[in-house]
Amino acid sequence: MAPRIKIPATKYPVERFTLGNGLRVVLSPDRSAPVVGVAVVYDVGIRSEPEGRTGFAHLFEHLMFQGSANLEKLAHFRHVQGAGGTFNGSTHLDYTDYYEELPSGGLERALFLEADRMRGPRLTEENLRNQVDVVKEEIRVNVLNRPYGGFPWLKLPPVMFDTFANAHDGYGSFEDLESATVEDAQGFFDRYYACGNAVLSVAGDFDVAEATAMIERHFGDVPARPAPELPDFAEAGLTEEKRETYLDRIAPLPAVAAGWGVPDPISDFDAYLPYAVLAEVLTDGDASRLVERLVQRDRSATNLGGYLGFMGDEYQVRNPTALLLQAHLPPGGDAGKVLQTIDEELDRLVTDGLKAGELDRTQARMATRLLQGTDDVLGRAQPMAVLELQRGRPELLNELPKLVSEVTAEKIVAAASTLRPECRASIEVIPGAAQ
Amino acid sequence: MSVKTLPDLVPDADLHLPHEAERRLSNGLTVIAIRRSAVPLVELRLRIPFGRAPLAPATLLSQALFTGTSALSSIDLAAELQAVGGSLAAGLDPDRLLISGNALADGLDRTLELLAGVLTDATYPAEEVATERERLVDSIQVALSQPAHLVRVALLKRIYDTHPYAVQTPTPDEIRSVEPAGLRELHAERVRPAGATLVLVGDIDPDQAIDVAEKVLGGWTGSAPDGVIPATPEIRTGPLLLVDRPGSVQSSLRLALPGITRTDPDYAAFTVANLIFGGYFSSRWVENIREDKGYTYGSHSVVEHFVAGSTWQGAAEVATEVTGPSLLETLYELGRIASLPPGEEELEQARRYALGTLRLGMSTQSGLAGLASVYAGFGLRLEHLREHSEAIAAVTREEVFAAGARYLAPSRAVTVVLGDADKIESQLSVLTAVERSTE
Repeated sequence: MAPRIKIPATKYPVERFTLGNGLRVVLSPDRSAPVVGVAVVYDVGIRSEPEGRTGFAHLFEHLMFQGSANLEKLAHFRHVQGAGGTFNGSTHLDYTDYYEELPSGGLERALFLEADRMRGPRLTEENLRNQVDVVKEEIRVNVLNRPYGGFPWLKLPPVMFDTFANAHDGYGSFEDLESATVEDAQGFFDRYYACGNAVLSVAGDFDVAEATAMIERHFGDVPARPAPELPDFAEAGLTEEKRETYLDRIAPLPAVAAGWGVPDPISDFDAYLPYAVLAEVLTDGDASRLVERLVQRDRSATNLGGYLGFMGDEYQVRNPTALLLQAHLPPGGDAGKVLQTIDEELDRLVTDGLKAGELDRTQARMATRLLQGTDDVLGRAQPMAVLELQRGRPELLNELPKLVSEVTAEKIVAAASTLRPECRASIEVIPGAAQ
Repeated sequence: MSVKTLPDLVPDADLHLPHEAERRLSNGLTVIAIRRSAVPLVELRLRIPFGRAPLAPATLLSQALFTGTSALSSIDLAAELQAVGGSLAAGLDPDRLLISGNALADGLDRTLELLAGVLTDATYPAEEVATERERLVDSIQVALSQPAHLVRVALLKRIYDTHPYAVQTPTPDEIRSVEPAGLRELHAERVRPAGATLVLVGDIDPDQAIDVAEKVLGGWTGSAPDGVIPATPEIRTGPLLLVDRPGSVQSSLRLALPGITRTDPDYAAFTVANLIFGGYFSSRWVENIREDKGYTYGSHSVVEHFVAGSTWQGAAEVATEVTGPSLLETLYELGRIASLPPGEEELEQARRYALGTLRLGMSTQSGLAGLASVYAGFGLRLEHLREHSEAIAAVTREEVFAAGARYLAPSRAVTVVLGDADKIESQLSVLTAVERSTE
């Protein structure tokens, strides 16, 4: 085995301040490329949707692009792209983000655009109906017209969780989407899109003093509104195995996903982090335990993945969340057998511990992926904004490679020992298009 | 609330291209190394010409390349790479075998050693190949259930007819018949350094990195047979090709036109005309069929470049019940870009988008590595970015109008639609002649 490689870290500077109206700001300057990333995150996501309004957080994300006080419909897109930039937004369980990446000369324009919609989007009946249609097409593309659509992020939570907040379909039912009203949207904005409930972050090529002045200029007069009280979404963990199946009429082959509850990612980060490493020990590459066993040796799976959080945002999620394993199976594959083999391999890990070099190499590869993510200005602006929002610790992004490298074999084994079949939820895809 | 006005843009600084160090090794391999040191990593792209390689063996070879050498098993290889934070994977297109990966910068030497082992000594062990063969068959099976894949298969066939580019995915049965011996034979014949290009980008000293590559990859030798692919054929116009996918809840709409190469004198104007039509979100096509009418989640048009020819392609997934109206609006917008000059503001917006996204694309190690590798495949270097930027900056309304008329005329387009044929055929046939696919 090669000598252990040193895990490097990044040293992106982090400046934090809060405007008089309560908007939190994170700045991370880096002059190595002439581009900037701007992210605004709001502390509201799928879990905060009211009953009868499934998919509303995501639908509302679309409405935030449909004009605001000083901007007509389409203007936001045109101004960002006309500054040479790209943009998007995304809706997660615990937050909704909006972001731009532009040549650095477009920074002030991006700040203006974000401030304008933070004051208030133009919520009109026409735009709402238009975006309900667009979202329905998004759901058709990503879920209904595609094999394995929504697997497992929409399919496993209702097996694993009981409360509406944690279990419902975050893309939403067509019925709920179609019955949404402008009043619902206004109420959602008033409640959740307060500047006290948001974080602005900027990463990349800018001068801190200049950017601070720009931020004061554009966001300083956004009316102060406090954040709503953050609900506790915690649920009692599973005490007996839960297992369900569903028919995917266009999927040609079976698949299975399993989830286990994990410690609170925010309040118990030290206990949570080993699960992130464990997921990689189990599934990262051909030398990982489960790929070696299930794919290479048994051939009972063709592909395997493991990660924390239903949306792949392991360091940007609140409690409760899960360690997930998902596998696609060959024709006639037996999902029950795959789950049983996973249990066996977890037992083996708990009994025999890790092999020499196994943890070091997994940590090295995790470091590469973390560092690669931060090479992109948005790969800093976005996670830093969420880390500030949820933890008040944007600098955690710089620390993650080192923290990951310090997780010990004992902690991995201890984490593995909690992944018992009786606290596992699983969902199996029955292929409707099997030949 | 105070009245706010849109802040002006600060003009871009001059385009700064990173220094490219380059050396052609005695074995025929070209090595290009670029320093971008923001994160302590290195990105690697190795492009090996693979034109006219037999499709099924070449596809399986790309999947099985890392299954073992005489010194290391597939699991050893994976573990050794992982130990330096590395990962390598291979992919295939009709022109090349592309090996891509990255590692911690301190792991560059080791990553290149492992790569050299695979290039000179891949053994394709029977057991491992059998596993990869079944995995590949399964993944093709899954692709065949995906509308985006199925419509691309039909479109490629429609565009390229009998040309080698017409079929880019082998059938499961073709894959099943490939044996390890066939892979070893193909590897010996085609996985060769002559004409190949290795790109390294990251927290490296470019000259030192090339020295290492020369030392480690110097033992990889041999030349490949001529893989030159004949020029792509003219695209024949004809009826809309309708591909039935019963039960589909959306229709996949695809259009194609002849494209032009990156070095064509019209390319900058064509690029901008394409952006204005459908090449970015603030295009006429997206604003029409998504933001005005809600027919789609997204539509997009691009120029796809292969070595033997380029094509223009437009793509949208639209609701089944508005498939006809979506085609109508698409043809209307194509007709408009081909028949009328663009507005001044429209041109400036598209121009700035084109220039800005070039800068975004080269702002990361992986973006730079991808760009340098793609360019190298067409005999270009990063300097081409400057030439292209200057051409984009200089394009006039008249030139964009002329490019629209010449390259985006709907009368020359071919259309393929995949969807629930019984529900969409009558919608489409009131607009154009329709022929159902029999495949």
